Order: sequence, then structure tokens, then C-alpha cells
Amino acid sequence: MNEFLPRSLTPSVLAVLVRRGADFAAAEDAVQDALVEAVRVWPDDPPRDPKGWLVTVAWRRFLDAARAESARRRREDLVDEEPGPGPAPSVDDTLQLYFLCAHPSLTPSWAVALTLRAVGGLTTRQIAQAYLVPEATMAQRISRAKRTVSGVRFDRPGDVATVLRVLYLVFNEGYSGDVDLAAEAIRLTRQLAAAIDHPEVAGLLALMLLHHARRASRTAPDGSLVPLAEQDRGRWDSAMIAEGVGILQAALVRDRLGEFQAQAAVAALHADAPTAGETDWVQIVEWYDELVALTDSPVARLNRAVAVGEADGPRAGLAELAALSDALPRHTAVAAYLHERDGDLSTAARLYAEAAHRAPTLAERDHLTRRAARLNTGHRP
Amino acid sequence: MAKYLLLKHYRGAPAAVNDVPMDRWTPEEISAHMQYMQDFADRLEKTGEFVDGQALAPEGSWVRYDGEGRPPVTDGPFAETKDLIAGWMIIDVDSHDRAVELAGELSAAPGAGGKPIHEWLEVRPFLTAPPTVTE
Repeated sequence: MNEFLPRSLTPSVLAVLVRRGADFAAAEDAVQDALVEAVRVWPDDPPRDPKGWLVTVAWRRFLDAARAESARRRREDLVDEEPGPGPAPSVDDTLQLYFLCAHPSLTPSWAVALTLRAVGGLTTRQIAQAYLVPEATMAQRISRAKRTVSGVRFDRPGDVATVLRVLYLVFNEGYSGDVDLAAEAIRLTRQLAAAIDHPEVAGLLALMLLHHARRASRTAPDGSLVPLAEQDRGRWDSAMIAEGVGILQAALVRDRLGEFQAQAAVAALHADAPTAGETDWVQIVEWYDELVALTDSPVARLNRAVAVGEADGPRAGLAELAALSDALPRHTAVAAYLHERDGDLSTAARLYAEAAHRAPTLAERDHLTRRAARLNTGHRP
Repeated sequence: MAKYLLLKHYRGAPAAVNDVPMDRWTPEEISAHMQYMQDFADRLEKTGEFVDGQALAPEGSWVRYDGEGRPPVTDGPFAETKDLIAGWMIIDVDSHDRAVELAGELSAAPGAGGKPIHEWLEVRPFLTAPPTVTE
């Protein structure tokens, strides 16, 4: 049995229950129960109509729960309202569920948790493990999120940008346990791209694929970080790159550029270079110009300074960098790198050590410490 | 989301505003303090921000490797140690601002006279896994 099959049906099954009048929180619990049941029963007894099976079981669970908890009158209302087997849920229902789970009234962490649970069909335990928090904490996050959106009308159009931010957050969290969050984010973005024709959804999907394709080469066997320029390009997943590039190109011709398409374009140019030396940095600088124009993000400006350093030489990069606040995360690391490229090794070593001290991640700290150590001890790469 | 350690010191932090050692409080004041800490942790669990909270005994020992085939050397405790950690709380929050806000609330735990201690807490971000998208 495809482990994704029951989970991929989650949003549409949930949508059916909500459309039949179940409130969102109760419907979500019922669908989770049905999923657990599916995982138990399907391997030996696969249903002919998996979605219909899930709807039936989830609806029964929902009614059981409602009966157990509600007053007699309420219970009868629900049973009276029970419709016959309706038409298959439409693509719009799935879409509404994405909007609901990324609703602006939710904090980012709640939206992420609810999306993984209600759209992704992951269990609370899996989500808790992926984010390294206790299961009770994650359960609270999900239940508060559900309560927060319970009052939201299910038929109001949502904002795609909020959904994309949530999926991007899930993807960028990477991989930290049994659940591969990056792969899950790609699956959910694919599903979203099938439900809505939107260039930025395509842009995000392309961005994810282009980065995911390089995953195997990003870390050495000892877990240390391998910078892009030193990665073994033979280990990049060329089929995934081709798919990402294809999706991106189809999106770009529609001439509705957005930040994810621009980021994907940068990733595509890296993926396209047979060696690091053949990278088209001039074009990359142009894409960062677009990105800065679109977002005015300091991080985009910092990345642009790196690209300028490659396209026009380290002095030009340092000049760009001088215009940016040195409080920016990774500013010092970029300065160290540009000074190293410029041949000023003692300044580079000092800045690498300082950057290591301020690194936000363990892998970066170790990487920057190694760079500093290499320069301080005269070991050339 | 980011995890932060809120670190509480027996010794080594700057002096608190209401700086009376706990053994000079009334038993009721001690109970009120403990209750505040428990309520704070419960509240964080309900908001989905709690990861862990632990208290440490004030006295431990120093241990180091002493060579192949030899038992580790132990020493101490050293009374002159500058920093003495009393315990911690680990939170998982949406922003650094939120971490600071929560540390401020924790520092308001009542002490002598039932008044907030205004204790200095150290807020330390966890190093995380690297993000997927870097360039």
C-alpha cells in the first residue's frame, strides 16, 4: 500500500465532513481516527473506493463522538442532517482547507502544525517528533489552532501567499526525525499546485524541487556542511532538477513574477552549471535585483552582495556589503568569505571566527570554525 | 519557530531587585513562588510553547578523563565557582521577542513579601539544523 494514499485523501475527506455540517475541530479528529483505521485495515483488505471508505468511517466516528458528547436534541439534528453519499469533493474543497489551515489568525507555528495534521494527515506524535517538542505541547498547538479557525467560514476565499509561507516554513525546517518534512512539504505543494493554477505556487514547487535535488550532496558523511561550490554535482538528482526547471519555465512565461519564482530562478541557475566555475553569476545578480525589488528583504540584499562578489570580484561584493547593516544574520560570514577571496587571509580568519560565534545553526558554526582554523593554521583547502 | 533556554542562576547573575535569599522567605512565600512556576509551565504547555523545565541541585562535582584504563578524576564542588545554574526552562516560540516576553514573565515570580523577584534570567537561543534554502 502506498503510505501516502490515505494521507493524500485527507483534505478532501475532511472537506466532505465540514460541508455536511461538522465543525472543523470535530471533523478533523474524526478524519484522524479514520486514517488510523485505514492504516490498520487496508493492507489486508484494501477498499475499492478509498475516499468513500474514509468518508464513511470518518463520518461514523464523527457521529459517535457527537452522540457521546451532545445533548439528545443536538444529536437528532445531526442524524437528521446526515446526507446520502454525495458527489466527490471538488478541488475547491481541498483548496479551502489549505486556506483555513494557513489562516492569518493563526501564528506561524500553529498554522504549520495544523497544515501538517489536517492537510498532511500526519499524527500529532509525528509532528511533535519532527519539531522536537513534547507530544502534549504539539497537541495543544493543534487544538488551539483548530479552535481558532473553527469560527472561520469555510467558503470564503483565502490568500495563496499565506499558504505558500506555511509550506515554505515546513520545507525549510528540513529533516530532523522520522518524518521527512522537506518531502512532506513537496507533496503538499504538489497537491496545492494541482488544485490551483498560480505562478507562485508553481514557483515554490520548483524552488523546493531544485533544492531537494541537491540534498544528498549538501552534507558530508560526517554530517558537516558542504558549500555549494564544493558539492559533488554528480550526486544531484538530475530528474528532479529537470522537473523543477520545467515547472519554473512554464510559470515564468506567464509574466507574473513573484519572490518564489525569482528564488527558484537562482536555484535553477546553480543547478544548470556543470561546475561551480561555470555558474552564470551575472544572471544570478539580475535575479537578486528582481528579488530585492519584489521583497525589499535584507536577506535578499545580502545574497545579492555574495553574487556581486562572484560576478564582479570580491571588492565589488564588499562594497555592496558595506551598505548593509552588520547586524544581519550571516553578514559577518559573507564578509569573511569575500575577504578570503580578496586574499586578505588574516581579516578573513578573524571574521570567520566572529561569524562562527554568531552562527544560528550548529552546522554553520562548525563550518565557519573550520574555515577560521584552516586559515589560522595555514592549511589550504 | 525557535527554541530558547531560559536559564536561572543560584549565583552569577546580576543582583535581582527583590534580592532576599529563599531561606529568609516565609513558607507561604515559598509555596506561592513554586505555584507561580508551575502555573507558568502549565500555561506554556497550553499555548504549545513548552518543551522542558528542570531544576538542578546546587552541588555537583567536576569530573575529567584521567587516561586509558584509569577511573575518571573527580573534584569539587568548588565554592569559588562564579556561575551556578539553578535550573532551566526550554521554550519553542515564534520569535525572539516572544522568548524575551516570556522570560520577563518568569522573572516576575513572587519572592519575599510576595513581591516579584525581578530576577535576571539568561535567554539563550538553541543552535538549530541548517535551513534547506541557503543561497
